[in-house]
Order: sequence, then structure tokens, then C-alpha cells
Amino acid sequence: MKILIDEGKCVGAGQCVLAAADVFDQRDEDGIVILLDAVPPHELLPQVQDAAARCPALAIEVVE
Amino acid sequence: MTNTQHTRTQPTVRTCPFDPPEEYRTLREQAPVTPMTLPDGATGWLVTRYEDVRAVLSDPRFSAKRTIPGAGSPEMNDAPVPPPPPGMFILMDAPEHTRFRRLLTGQFTVRRMRQLAPAVEKIVAEQLEAMASAEGPVDLVQAFALPVPSLVICELLGVPYADREEFQRNSATFLRLDASPEESQQAQTAMRGYIHQLALAKRENPTDDILSELVQSGELTDEELAGVGVLLLIAGHETTANMIALSTMCLLRDPEQLGALRADPSLMDSAIEELLRYLTIIQFGLRRTALEDVELHGHQIKEGSLVVASLASGNRDAAHFTDAPERLDVGRPFSPHLAFGHGIHQCLGQQLARVEMKAALSGLLDRFPTLRLAVPVEQVPMRDNMLVYGVHELPVTW
Ligand code: HEM
Ligand code: SF4
Repeated sequence: MKILIDEGKCVGAGQCVLAAADVFDQRDEDGIVILLDAVPPHELLPQVQDAAARCPALAIEVVE
Repeated sequence: MTNTQHTRTQPTVRTCPFDPPEEYRTLREQAPVTPMTLPDGATGWLVTRYEDVRAVLSDPRFSAKRTIPGAGSPEMNDAPVPPPPPGMFILMDAPEHTRFRRLLTGQFTVRRMRQLAPAVEKIVAEQLEAMASAEGPVDLVQAFALPVPSLVICELLGVPYADREEFQRNSATFLRLDASPEESQQAQTAMRGYIHQLALAKRENPTDDILSELVQSGELTDEELAGVGVLLLIAGHETTANMIALSTMCLLRDPEQLGALRADPSLMDSAIEELLRYLTIIQFGLRRTALEDVELHGHQIKEGSLVVASLASGNRDAAHFTDAPERLDVGRPFSPHLAFGHGIHQCLGQQLARVEMKAALSGLLDRFPTLRLAVPVEQVPMRDNMLVYGVHELPVTW
């Protein structure tokens, strides 16, 4: 699994952090998404998919 | 406008105080995208399915600006609407919107809001103590649900303690139903003026709060700063207050769900998401304007048309919430809901709202183990015709 994020789209809603705190965080300055782990272990897939589905700005893409 | 297509009106009559109007179910099944006359007489399209609501709200062809002047299509609502006041970014599109949102998101991250939790819990505890010292019954709205978010916004904006009483009085008038248009205009002007003054004071003496950071960023004019402050107040006060009061009422009359929550407080997070979904207090949905012709389920939505995305209907859509969406289930596994909207305007304050609801509901249930309604459910005055649904008053005792 590989994750792509689009900072330009991110609106800082923090849904991804709620869904998968091991994989996503937010920058302190502007709340924009930070990818903590671009290639997370497979068992996190459901959480990561959940994050992508929750993101209101469609800023997260999961490539399996 | 007279157009036979628009004879259907947006459903507003509820049969149960916690369920959206019954007609939504039929609409989702038979006419998920339908021409509609809205409660205020405007005409447009009503979108009722979960997937379509998300699609509309994340599609840049649907603008958050009110009607675009001069588009001239038959579905257009003709009165041109003035541009949003400075700082009112909830009514702006990208990139204008982005400029404001980016400045604020850093202040509303999951982490920042969790750091604020102790301050919120303290406010909650103080309100509960004051309430407990009174004899029941008390009106939970006035005693608890309204003051908590108001004080939290004071904390967030950095309103000094000495000013809080007046701040609360003004914001209460601002939100009061029976205030005359002059009164509420006056209160709004007073709030704007106050926040403006406060911003100037923060420029001199910055403290640790949003307003100070915004001032220091140097990105906003004084008018924009005041506008952002007023927007945070409007968007964050009435909504959270109604979620606290309506959630309490909903739980008090559902002994089974309340019992489950009291027995296992670790259910609180999922209970909050479920209450947000189940009650969807932005009851008439979100309005957007088509910037160009858009096809939706075979309907031609003409440029300039108003489109209403029904959050309340989408949140009861069995195609997405497959396990009995009409039931309140505090243990329901999370599935993204629409209570905070979707797309670039999705609620900026949602993490704060979660922190506030959690502190308020946990605090209330802990402090008053025998809390109950002081009047029959039918006698609770509901906010049926208000944009933000909830209760006008909630007499409780213990
Ligand atoms: C349970 C309580 C709340 C509910 C149900 C709620 C709901 C919503 C919804 C549905 C939207 C989207 C509006 C649209 O797309 O047109 C929104 C936007 C917004 N909310 Fe909330 N909200 C709540 C609490 C708060 C709080 C506590 C704050 C801040 C202190 C806040 C600040 C905002 C702001 C600033 C926006 C505009 C965001 C933008 O345009 O980018 N809200 N809210
Ligand atoms: S959920 Fe999407 S918009 Fe929100 S912080 Fe994460 S990436 Fe950004």
C-alpha cells in the first residue's frame, strides 16, 4: 500500500488524524496534513482507507 | 416564479422530534434529485441521497456564494445577493476561501483542540456547579447548553474575563428568536465592534489565542478579522448549544441507550458521532449555487440554480448506513456522516465541537445521575422552523 496526499486540496479538517493517527498528522502552523508513513504496514489498510473516505477534500489517495 | 415543476415543497413537518420528515425516505427512493420550493419561497433542487449530497458538496461547480447575479436562467432566483461581508469565508469559494481557511486550520487541529480540553472541562464543571446549587427544575438551555459554547469561544478568541458577561449578553440577543430585526442588527453590530476593538488590543498585547495569532499573521485587515471573529461566534455557538441540549433530551427519553452509555463511558466518542448523525441539526441542508450547467441523475441543473444538499436525509440513507439508520445506536461503528457538511467548507470547528460535546455530556451525566425531563416530551418546545434545529427550552430536574 502506498499513500498519496495532495496538500493543495487539504482543508485541515483533521478527519484523517482521527481515522489513522499512526499515519497522518497535521502541521502545527496551518493544520495541513502530514504523512507520517507513506508506506504503512498492511494491517493499517482499513484505517487508511477509512481516512481517505472521510477526507472531505478528497486529498488522500490509497494505491494498493 | 411560477413553474409547475416546483409545486413540491421541501419537507419540514416532523412526526417524531428526532426524525427528519418522513417524505425524505420516499424522495431518496423515488426522486433523489428533485425541483423544489424551499421553506422561504426560493426555488431550486433538493438532493437527498448520501452519495449525491457528498458529490454536490465536494464539486467546485457548486458555489457557496449565494445566487450569482445575472446568470439569467429560468431556474435562477433573481434577486442578486450582495457579496459576503469581509471575513465571512463560509460564503466564499476557492481561492478566496482558501486564504482564510488556511490561516485558521492550524488553530483547529485535532491536537490543538485536545489541548483545549482541560479548559473546556473547567468551564463545564463551573456551569454544572452553578446549576446544581439551584433547585430543579431548571432550563438546561439557559443554565448549561448556551453558556458553555459561548464561554469556550471567549476562551478561544481570548475575550478577557471582565468582558465576558457583556459578550454573552450580546451573543444571546444575537441568537434570540424573538429579538426584533433592529435588536439583532444592533447586537450584531455591537459584536462586530467589540471583536474589532479586541483585535486592536491584541495587536498591542498579544496573548495565547486565535485572535492574537491572526493579528500577528498580518494577513487580514481589521474588517476581515472582525468578520472571522463573528463567523466563529455564529457558527460555533448556536450549533454546539443545540447539539448539547437536543442530545440530552434524546438520551433522557431513550433509557436503553442512556443506560448503555452510563454503563460504559468508553462509548462516549461513538455516541457523539451517532448523535451528530441521528439528530443532524442543520435541518434544512446546505445551499449551493450552480456555476455552470450540471447534470445530476439525468436532470439538467442550469447555471445559477440553487441546490440544497439535505444533510439530514443523507444521514438516514440506508444505502450508506446499512444497519437500521432510523435507530439511535450509541455503539454504532463509525461511518463518515454529513452532520458537519462535506467538501472544502466541512466544519472548521468540528474537533472543538467534539471536545465540547464530550465534556458537556460526560460532565452532565456524571454530575446528575438521576437527571430527567421535568415535563412530558410533547411539551418541550422544538425549534421546528429554525435553520439550526434543537429545543427552545429543556426543563430538567434530578
Ligand atoms: C455540533 C456543532 C456544530 C455543527 C453541527 C456544525 C456544522 C457545520 C456545518 C454543516 C458546516 C458546513 C457549512 C457549509 O458547508 O456551508 C460548518 C461550517 C463551519 N463551522 Fe461548524 N458546526 C458545529 C460547531 C462549530 C464550532 C464549535 C465552530 C467554531 C468555533 C464552528 C465553526 C465553523 C466554521 C468557521 C465553518 C465554515 C467553514 C468553511 O466555510 O470553511 N462550527 N459547520
Ligand atoms: S482529512 Fe483531508 S482535509 Fe482533513 S486534514 Fe486530512 S487530508 Fe486534510
